[in-house]
Parts: sequence; structure tokens; C-alpha cells
Amino acid sequence: MAIFSVYVVNKAGGLIYQLDHYAPRADTEKTFSFPLDLVLRPHDERVVVAFGQRDGIRVGHAVLAINGAEVNGRFTADGKDVMEFLANPANYPVSIRFGRHRLSSNEKLMLASMFHSLFAIGSQLSPEVGSSGIEMLETDTFKLHCFQTLTGIKFVVLADPRQAGIDALLRKIYEIYSDFALKNPFYSLEMPIRCELFDQNLKLALEVAEKAGPFGPGS
Amino acid sequence: MSRPPGRKQENHKISRELFVLTYGALVAQLCKDYEKDEDVNTCLDRMGYGIGVRLIDDFLARSAVKKCRSYSETADMIAQVAFKMYLGVTPSVSCSSAAGNEFSLILDKNPLVDFVEELPAERASLCYCNLLCGVIRGALEMVHLAAEVTFLQDRLKGDAVTEIGITFLRKAEDRKHKRN
Repeated sequence: MAIFSVYVVNKAGGLIYQLDHYAPRADTEKTFSFPLDLVLRPHDERVVVAFGQRDGIRVGHAVLAINGAEVNGRFTADGKDVMEFLANPANYPVSIRFGRHRLSSNEKLMLASMFHSLFAIGSQLSPEVGSSGIEMLETDTFKLHCFQTLTGIKFVVLADPRQAGIDALLRKIYEIYSDFALKNPFYSLEMPIRCELFDQNLKLALEVAEKAGPFGPGS
Repeated sequence: MSRPPGRKQENHKISRELFVLTYGALVAQLCKDYEKDEDVNTCLDRMGYGIGVRLIDDFLARSAVKKCRSYSETADMIAQVAFKMYLGVTPSVSCSSAAGNEFSLILDKNPLVDFVEELPAERASLCYCNLLCGVIRGALEMVHLAAEVTFLQDRLKGDAVTEIGITFLRKAEDRKHKRN
């Protein structure tokens, strides 16, 4: 049972707080000889595994480092194109580190504002008047829960689909926000939250919710 | 108050006298700093506004009330839930306009003026509790309700009761997509 992340979005759709709570997935580093038995392809700004899943290297994992040096998107540390580098037998044997690509903070900002717009679209699509926005988004690997306050702040929690008690958790996060962020006189409204107490209390609340298990707190 | 779990529940109350004294000290200092009553009133209103924009989320988080669907529901909510939660008093509400957008809250007990009987002669137009007006105005603005909040009557000035008037102005959210 796990809660993966928490996002707090302000009225304008800007991300003001983000916390990743999942244990970092292990990266896999292996030495390969020519020819490479994995099929790689460029995707967005990264090189990802398209086929040939084995030994902990899964489809969708990105190339994180070559020979110990971190890659910079599609290029190696010294500026060579990764796909060309790996197509050249002279560069082998080579040690490549694969892992799940973590979202950069810019990507998170973009996704948060996109969600903000989708949330508004959700309430407009409704056949009924006065509908709320998106409250839950479900995929096979996670459930996204969203709670919008009457003041327009959105609290978004990504959790395991089997995790219960997220509604109570969202209300608890609202309380923690109103206590440790809003009552901090040096915190300006709508700005990124950089309050130590908010972080600590939020992490504690997440741990309490996780321990409660699939039946929610009080089980 | 939200406390970190794992700590024993301490009943952490602060003395009411200390709060009333602090407010009194604040007003007294403002009177020393500004000569004109209007300046003091404006300053108190601004401070109250800063409090109100933050207090509203605390109120909504703790009371878990549903969205108010009319001005009179809002005025009732302020009087019966908010005033009760924060000041321990429940003013009575009355609607004072045919249009349904002007309300008054009549306070028979005001904890902030526990130790004040009347204003000094040179401060005749001071609104001692103007902070409250600012708080209400700030809080309403954050839920997209523009309002003007003033003291219509004040016991400290010799009136019979203390009356706060709330006038709801045009809803700010009307120009974009209609929410409800």
C-alpha cells in the first residue's frame, strides 16, 4: 500500500508544492557486449528501451548513464549521440545504467497546469449544473484523487489503487496546509510552499494513512 | 489545532485576556502612530484583510461546510459558525435591503471590547474593532464574494448595539465560465 505523490496546485494552476513519497526504484546497471540485445529508441528527450525486457531492465526504462557518466537527454556526457554511440562496435564493452526516468520539476509544473485545465473542462462537460471538477482519475497502476477547496486550491494525491482513506487524507492535508503554510506569516499566498513544518507534518500524515492499510484509518 | 501525531494531545489554550490585551495594545500603538482616526481604521482593516485571506482556509478545513448557495446562507454561516468558532459569540443576522445583498450582524457581546467602555474624546470616530471588518472582507474575497464590511453602530460610540453591515457586491466570477 503506498501513496506515491502529493501535488498542491494554486488558483491559477501553478504547482506550489510537490512531494514524491515512493521508494526510489532501483536502477539497473549492466555491462553489454556488441551487439546490444535490447531494442532502444529515442522518445521525447530520452533514449528508452522499446523491446527486449530482461534482468530488471523493463520496457520504458530510460538510459540514465553510460560507463558511469550520466547522459544528458539523448547525448552522452561528452556530447555524442547515444544511439550512434551504441551502434558503434568499437565502443563496446559498455556499461549502461537503466532506470525509470524521474519527472523533472519543469515537467511537473506543466503537468500540474494541464491537470488544472482538465479539471475545469471536467466540470463544464457535466450535464448537470454546478458539477465539481475531476475528483478521481484511475489507471491500472495508480489512482489520482483531487480535492478542490472553496478557495480554489487543489490537493492532488497519487496513490495505489487499493489504498483507502484518501478522502480523509486530502482533508487532513488541507488542515495541514491551513495550519503550517497559511499561518506562517512569512509565507505569501499562491507562492511555492517552502515551510519545513508543512513538509514534516505532511510526511507524518502520509505515513499514518499508509499504515492504515487498504481499509483506511480506524481499521 | 492540527498537531503532529505521536505527541500527546495537549489542551493548549491561550488566555482570552492575553488575546484581548494584545488587540488593545495593537490599537493603542496604531493610535500613537497615526494622528487621524481614518488612518487607524484603514490600517486595522488592512491587517484584518491579511488575516481573513488566511483564516478562511482554516475555517473551511475545520468546519467542512458545504458551499453557500445564497448571500443569506453566507451571512448565516458567518454569524452562526465562524463567529462561534473564533470568538465564541453568535451575532444575530438580519437582511436590511430588498435586493437581498445587505445584511447586518448584531453583536450583543463583543469579546474584543471586554476592557473598554468608551472611546477617548479625541478618538471619536475610531472603529475599535475594524480588524473584524477586514477579516470578513478578506475571507469573503477568497471565496469569490466581493463585499463591503463596515461598522454601522458601535456600543463604544454610544449606540445601543454593535452592528456590522455586510454589503455583497457583484460576484467576481461572473465574467468567466459560469460555475453554478
